[in-house]
Amino acid sequence: MKTKTFALGGIHLNKHKISARIGIEELDLPDVVYIPVKQHIGAPAKIVVKSGDKVKVGTLLAEADGKVSARVVSSISGEVCKIEEINNGQGYLETVITIKREGDEFEDNMDMSDKIISEISDNRDELLEAIKNAGIVGMGGAGFPTPIKSEIPEGKKADTLIINGIECEPYLTADCRLMEEKSEQIVIGARILNKILGIQNAIIAIDENKRRSIARLRHITKEYVGVNVQPCKSIYPQGGEKQLINAITGREVPSGKLPIDVNCVVQNVATVYAVYEAVQKHIPLFRRVLTVSGNIDWNPCNYLVRIGTPISFILEKNKIQMDKVGKVLIGGPMMGQAISSLDAPVTKTTSGITVFSEQTSRKPETTACIRCGKCVDSCPMGLMPLNIRQAVENNDLNEMKKLHIQDCILCGCCSYICPAKIPLLDYCKIGKYELTKQSKKA
Amino acid sequence: MISALFSNILVLCGLAVIAAILLYITSQKFKMEKSPIEEAIYNALPHANCGACGKAGCQDFASACYKADQEEFETLKCPVGGSNVMAKIADIKGMKAGTMQRTCAVLRCNGTCKNAPDKMEYTGLKSCRVANTVMSGRSGCPNGCLRFGDCVKVCQFGALSLNKETGIPIIDYTKCTSCGKCVQRCPRGLFEIRPIEEGKQVYVACRNQQKGAVARKNCTAACIACGKCAKINPLIVVENNLAYIPTTVSAVADGEKLAAECPVKAIQYRQNMQENKHEN
Repeated sequence: MKTKTFALGGIHLNKHKISARIGIEELDLPDVVYIPVKQHIGAPAKIVVKSGDKVKVGTLLAEADGKVSARVVSSISGEVCKIEEINNGQGYLETVITIKREGDEFEDNMDMSDKIISEISDNRDELLEAIKNAGIVGMGGAGFPTPIKSEIPEGKKADTLIINGIECEPYLTADCRLMEEKSEQIVIGARILNKILGIQNAIIAIDENKRRSIARLRHITKEYVGVNVQPCKSIYPQGGEKQLINAITGREVPSGKLPIDVNCVVQNVATVYAVYEAVQKHIPLFRRVLTVSGNIDWNPCNYLVRIGTPISFILEKNKIQMDKVGKVLIGGPMMGQAISSLDAPVTKTTSGITVFSEQTSRKPETTACIRCGKCVDSCPMGLMPLNIRQAVENNDLNEMKKLHIQDCILCGCCSYICPAKIPLLDYCKIGKYELTKQSKKA
Repeated sequence: MISALFSNILVLCGLAVIAAILLYITSQKFKMEKSPIEEAIYNALPHANCGACGKAGCQDFASACYKADQEEFETLKCPVGGSNVMAKIADIKGMKAGTMQRTCAVLRCNGTCKNAPDKMEYTGLKSCRVANTVMSGRSGCPNGCLRFGDCVKVCQFGALSLNKETGIPIIDYTKCTSCGKCVQRCPRGLFEIRPIEEGKQVYVACRNQQKGAVARKNCTAACIACGKCAKINPLIVVENNLAYIPTTVSAVADGEKLAAECPVKAIQYRQNMQENKHEN
């Protein structure tokens, strides 16, 4: 098995994929869901329902507002209680549509059977329209609306579609399980995207340690043209968009450019599965697979949950002992964000919930930088985090620009590797924030 | 042996003489005419180099004062030195200095540990700038003080200090020079330079723009935009669920009444504020 990897930096992590062999389980339905209108990058969706409306699963709640935006559909059937503002986990308020559950009814055109449909329509616009109507966004974490990614801007050309099944974050196994259990659907989804892009070259990139997924997908791709499997070296952050393009094609995305500038389109496997469901079964994006895992003593799980389910409900169903918990993260331990309120709902981009014990959630004491350069060696973007830290401490915006802080992908390799335990990632984060703030002002 | 030593000394001395002559010639040729008046102005300044006057530093301010005519001179102000320093400079130049309103920085937040208790534990870098990028605030207020004291670190004059009991910074107005460093640094924009009238000052100590009920959940000192203050003085603006007292509202006339009438005690009224101590 020949594996590929990216050129610069990276670190080897203990993967902790404890839930990798646990099948996807459908979670009980919550009584109330809070569906945020902004689960993607871009403008918040425009609400089209009012309180008192009866909705079914799949009923349109909010319409895309502008080009960079995505639809939001109902994830349970019941009554719209109110449109309110709740804590989004970081303490900020966001607009949500609160729906109270009554039964579990689906919209009529949704095909909820298990039958796999492999015939793909030839009408490209029809396929794109189906994705648009389903409100699909990038489910790896960034939440960029998928239809925009699939429509190639004029003057540019795509030649490779990369399906990102790396999942390099420790603990998370949602994508891994999805690839094992829904492999055929993912391959068909990849073919749909191939058709939309007008190419015949989809590559499913998988971490080399997911041997069962690789074997399964290899077996299935034999029957389908235009989809291949490529194992990649198990190194963090292999799943970063730019790193993956570099690993698969050997091309480097220039600073400030998008993958399409090097003729690539990257989609997450969960997104591809959602595309399959939207196009072939007319199921809009109303649920997703997420991992609930962590380092305290309990049962890690992979759940199929409805979007808008409160995190507290999931943890309760998982019978977690809350007194042992020190920190709850949305996402994995490397890039996930700690949340301050468990009422925060699951969104389209929540790939996992990681729970850490009191002991491990403390940050270690920092000591002085000894300029060993380990952060420079580990940075997958070829930046110099130690110098970035200096520039950020001095609030020197010009120096930050010179150090290409805007290219930082916030992977956290530098913070992880630093022997002095300096939170270099935090400095990169403020630097980026401050530069964006300044460019907005100008 | 001795001759070698001697020749070495001779060569070095010779080089030193040549270098001295060259330096003298260049210094004469490229001499900068510096007027004694400008020098005197520079010496009169407090040498804080803070940039509060809007110039690059004290030297720049001195040359601007030197070049200015009467009209321009009246607009030039050194907030650190205050009216005393400006009067001195006016004496040197033989001109009249512009009138200077006494000002100091105020913190428009009263989210103390008691008023706005912590709802979460923050384990990240202890810096307001970092905390501001990842969360709304320990108390849940998205506009309030983060209580890590970035402003204290940036103050050159030691006018700010974190009160251990309340958690929020306190401003020593006898030391504050209105340089504006804290205004720039606070990621929440909580500081404002406000005038002091006859030792009195009045302002709204809240920046929360959430609706009254939501804001009160996080902080008992939050402005609920009831509009009572706007009835006392119509100049007061109540916008985005928040009252703001413009600097045109007289603290002497209305201050006491405003503070007494505010139902949530968000309006702060200060009196008997002493003169600035450092006037050199």
